[in-house]
Parts: sequence; C-alpha cells; structure tokens
Amino acid sequence: MAAYEGVMVFGEVRDGKLAAVTTELLGCGRNLADELEQELYCLLIGNDITNLAGEAIAYGADRVYVVNTPPMKDYDTDLYVSVSEKVARQVMPRIVLFGHTAIGRDMGPCLAFRLGTAISTDCVDLAIEPESKLLLQTKPVYGDNARAIFTCESYPQMATVRARVMSSPERDGSREGQIIKAEASLDPPAVRTKVIKRVVEESTGIKLEDANVVVCGGRGIGSTEGFKHLEKLAEILNGAVGASRPPCDNGWVPNSLLIGLTGKIIAPDLYIAVALSGSSQHMTGCSGAKNIVAINKDPEANIFKEATLGIVGDWEELLPIFTSKMEELMTGQEKDR
Amino acid sequence: MTAFRMIVCCKQVPDPEAPPESFRIDPERNRIVLPPGVSAVIDPYAERALEAALRVKDAQGGTITVLSLGNNLLPDVVRKPLSMGADELILLDDEAFAGGDSWSTAYALSMAIQKIGDYDLIFCGRQASDWDAGQVGPGIAEMLGLPLVSSARKITAGNVKAIVEKVTDDGYEVVEVSLPALITVSNEVGEPRYPTIKGIMGARKKEPVIWKPDDIGAEPTRIGAAGRRTKLLKLFQPVHEGKCEIIEGGSPGEAVANLVTKLREARIV
Ligand SMILES: Cc1cc2nc3c(=O)[nH]c(=O)nc-3n(C[C@H](O)[C@H](O)[C@H](O)COP(=O)(O)OP(=O)(O)OC[C@H]3O[C@@H](n4cnc5c(N)ncnc54)[C@H](O)[C@@H]3O)c2cc1C
Ligand SMILES: Nc1ncnc2c1ncn2[C@@H]1O[C@H](COP(=O)(O)O)[C@@H](O)[C@H]1O
Repeated sequence: MAAYEGVMVFGEVRDGKLAAVTTELLGCGRNLADELEQELYCLLIGNDITNLAGEAIAYGADRVYVVNTPPMKDYDTDLYVSVSEKVARQVMPRIVLFGHTAIGRDMGPCLAFRLGTAISTDCVDLAIEPESKLLLQTKPVYGDNARAIFTCESYPQMATVRARVMSSPERDGSREGQIIKAEASLDPPAVRTKVIKRVVEESTGIKLEDANVVVCGGRGIGSTEGFKHLEKLAEILNGAVGASRPPCDNGWVPNSLLIGLTGKIIAPDLYIAVALSGSSQHMTGCSGAKNIVAINKDPEANIFKEATLGIVGDWEELLPIFTSKMEELMTGQEKDR
Repeated sequence: MTAFRMIVCCKQVPDPEAPPESFRIDPERNRIVLPPGVSAVIDPYAERALEAALRVKDAQGGTITVLSLGNNLLPDVVRKPLSMGADELILLDDEAFAGGDSWSTAYALSMAIQKIGDYDLIFCGRQASDWDAGQVGPGIAEMLGLPLVSSARKITAGNVKAIVEKVTDDGYEVVEVSLPALITVSNEVGEPRYPTIKGIMGARKKEPVIWKPDDIGAEPTRIGAAGRRTKLLKLFQPVHEGKCEIIEGGSPGEAVANLVTKLREARIV
C-alpha cells in the first residue's frame, strides 16, 4: 500500500495556458500533498505544451509528467485515458484529481474504473482525515439538496473538483521542480473514438464565467423578447446574461447560458435573479456569488431564502425602472471619472 | 440483417423537483428521508437517454430494451419508459441490489447486458439525479470494453458506427464512434416526449421481465452494499442563513429607488 504516494493533478490547457481550474487544483493538491508530506505531480497531455510544465511548477507542482506529441493535440477519450492509465500505473499516485469539466467528467470515471478504483465527482471540498490519512471527498448530492462525504479505500483515491470553489495560489516563478517526459506509446486498436469536428460556440461580450455581474432570468421571463430586457441591464452593468433551465429548454436562450448543476458554475460579485424560483439545482451554480438580488412576484419563493436583497413584484414593472436607474448611475459614474 | 438493438438504463429516484424545504436527512441512518407526498420518478437524465434512443428508433427503426436496477421498484414508475415507446422492460429487482454505489450498479447492469448479449448501442443518463455521480455509464463501458461518448445531445446511428454530438464546455464536438458503444446523454438533448394514450395502453399489455442476481450470474460480493468501493461517511445539509432583506416602497418606483440606494450604500454597484 505504501507504494501509492503523491498527489497527481490532471492539467488542462485552455488557449495555450493552464486552465484556471488546473491552477485551482494545483493549489488544492499542494495542501493535500503537504498534509501527507508527499509530492505534488501534474500530468500534462497535449502538443506544444512543454512550456506549460514550468507554469505547473510555478503554481505548486514538484514533478510534471509531460506527454507531448502531435496525436495528443486535442482531447479524445480513448487516447487520453489509455495514456493516463500508463502514467498512473507507473507513477502510482495516492490521489488523482481532475477538474469537473467536460474532460474531467469524461475521463475521470473511465480512468477510475480502468484502474479498479472509485472516484467522487463534482467535489466542493477535499481534505485529509488526520488518523486514517484517507481523502475526504465532499460533494453535492440530490441536486445539492444535501452534501455527502465519501472515502475510498482503494488506490489511487480519485476526485473531480468543481471549478471556482478553490482559489488559485500565487504564481511563484522561482519554484523548482522536475520535468519528466512520459511515454505515449499507443496500441491503435485501443482507439475507437474519433473527433471529426470541434465547434466553439462563443457568446459575444463578456464570458458568463468571468463576468462580475450576472443578470439571470427564469421561467417567469416568458419569452426571447423578455430576455432582451435582461440583456440591456447586463450591458449597462458590464455583465453577462444567464438563465435557469426552463428558458433554455424552451429555446428562449441558448443552452450555453444555463447556470446550475448541469450548466455553468459562476461566482460573480453581483447576481441578479429575475423571475426564477431558486431551486437547489440552480442555486448550486451561483451560491458562490457575493451578493444576490432577487426580483420575484411570489414572496414565498425559495430565492428569497438565498438572496441578500429582494423585491417582491412583477419584473415587467420593476426591471425597466431598475435598468434606467442603473443607466443614470453608470453614466453619472463615467462623468465623474 | 438483424434489427438495430438499443438498451437504455433507467433509474428510479425520488422526485428531484420536490421543493428544497422537503428534503430532510436522518443523521443516524445517514439517509435522505422523503416526506409523504414526494413521489418516485424515472431519473430525468435517464428519461432523456430514453428520448435519445427513441429518436434513433424513429429515424431508422430498431428495438429498445430498458433496464432498471433497484429494490422494491414501483411498477407504476418503472413502466413509464414502455408507455413512451420502449419495447421491453427488464427489472433487476432484489434486496441484494440495495445500497450499492457506482461500482456495484455498473457491475450488475453490465452482467445483465451481457446476458442480453446482442446490442448496438447502450444509453445512460449523464448522471442520476439522486447521487449525481455520473459514473455508471463509463463504468459499464469499461466493464464491457466498449467505447464511450459522454454528454451527447444528438445521435445518428449507422450499422457499424454512430455520429454523436457531444456537449463540451464551450460548444460541442462531433465524434465518430464504432459500434457497439455506450453513450451518456445530457440535458441538451431536449425534453423527453410524453407517453401517448396508445403507448399507455400498449404498455399495459407488456409484463416486465424480472432478473435476480443468479439469473445474471452476478457474484454476491460484487453487488449492492457488498460490492461498494466507496464509503458514505456523512450526509448533511448546508445551512442557508436566510438573511434576505426585502426592500419595500410605496410604489414599484420607490421600491426600486430604495434598492438602488441600498446597493450604492453597500458599494455593490
Ligand atoms: C436533474 C435535474 C437537474 C437540473 N439542473 C438544473 C440546472 O443546472 N439549472 C437550473 O436552473 N435548473 C435545473 N433543473 C431544474 C430545476 O429543478 C428547476 O425546475 C428550475 O431551476 C426552475 O426554473 P425557474 O426558477 O426559472 O422556474 P420556476 O420554478 O417555475 O420559477 C419561476 C419563478 O418566476 C416567478 N415569476 C413568474 N412570473 C413572474 C413575474 N412576472 N415577475 C416576477 N416573478 C415572476 C414565479 O413566482 C416563480 O418563483 C434541474 C432539474 C433536475 C430534475
Ligand atoms: N439503478 C440503476 N438502474 C438503471 N440505470 C441506472 C441505475 N443507476 C444508474 N443508472 C444509469 O446510469 C446513469 C448515471 O448514473 P450515476 O452514475 O449513478 O449518476 C443514470 O442516468 C442511468 O442511466
């Protein structure tokens, strides 16, 4: 058992840089590794990524395993799982962490089953149990109506971790670490999936995940036209528009605006919730917001249990007034500058 | 040529859309207690997996077998996929299946799928709405040595391969996969269809097949609670402080003005 040592973070690359979720994981992994008095590893798979190994070290890794070869340029389930399996069997880490991203959700469980161990997905907290030294894996269950803490006694202990619940450590360019080239020999029959097209559906304006202000509409908005009002407010506040499930299902807005368990997880400074009831599945996606302002006509709506400030009333009446007051305020602020 | 055969795994779960205040935990037994009135339903993600399979059937024909695993499954609930258009229902219903996790569930389901033997596509939900694990699909794929495409929103099946649109973090990918394969379906596939009257009538005539652990050749130590690889240490509910300040005003305009003042004072805007 003692053979399993160290914490391994699977690194994701976004726009040629380490993804934010990866630096968050390196921060969290660093703490776990320190607690265990063991090392932190980062596994990087891709093409033209050797320069990122140093970045992983600057964010806390002691050792970076790099698989750098043209066939690994983009994510493919079969390719990435077989390569990671090889590395994991060689390195034998005690803990393996993924971001709870499209890639992590795909790859994490496959790798766990292939290695004969279990995984907890969408973890919001990880800690080391002082006596058993086991990894305590906390995750939302029942649509975040409850939270569960799991342990697993087979190794490696694995988890996917939700974005934006851990903070990225400071980058320290002076940190030293080891970069190890890992082998990526592949048996072609092992590859049964092939990505034939990748489509990026970028929304215009500020990205929902990065916006400081998010104006979010629910079923009560009623139509595509209704969402235009939210767009106007978002534009004035330099923010982005989000939605609960019904507006996406009804086609009033694209699915990419969905916030919640199966949508985006956001943590803006200000979250304005308009005509949505505040279901657990929705709130789990925005409970990290610093301030929540709710507009809802039902005083009993659950959103008023979660909000900081609220107004009871019809959004069609309240929102235009709010928008024009905000517009005055913002143009006033610009004049002051 | 034989008909295109699909298998859809559907789990029975407590209604996930029950109001948040109705969820309670029994700390001694580490379990969710369901208040009277909260009913059981087919997991909504699995319903969307079934919808995806039905669309393949609409487009090119074929048969759909539904597999549900549990203990004391409710006939009225688990029969719903038949009324939506599935052809056959197999229930893995036994005490020995109770208290499992993703490992034991994926194991039992893959043993049942092996017994069915002949299949082109297996569908699961991207996660089940009770434990939100998202592992049984990949688990079955690994155990049966099948390729996996996860988070699908559209599927076009041919004889030897399928073309799948897979939802990613910033768009989607089109993936070509050889058959047989396992596909997990995401909510982006759209709303599942309602059962038709004809479907409901037809479903009444179909008796579910019931398989016990022995029928699928399952090892007793690998199913249900005995086959777990994870341990549930604790179940709890985070406390919501509920300190919302409701802003009043004589008129909507006044209330909004008061809200804006508050936001200014607190330097939120
Ligand atoms: C497995 C599962 C996963 C899910 N995942 C997600 C997810 O990721 N994200 C998500 O958002 N949902 C998700 N849902 C759906 C979720 O359970 C709720 O059904 C959904 O969030 C409700 O959306 P809503 O609040 O907009 O609609 P409703 O609950 O119908 O609420 C509408 C609200 O608008 C108010 N209203 C109506 N008209 C007006 C008006 N004119 N002025 C002011 N207020 C008005 C009403 O009082 C009401 O409170 C999921 C559900 C399931 C089962
Ligand atoms: N007990 C079960 N019976 C049938 N299908 C299941 C069962 N548990 C999980 N599944 C399938 O696996 C998917 C993901 O479940 P999970 O990994 O538990 O989140 C579900 O949407 C179902 O398609």
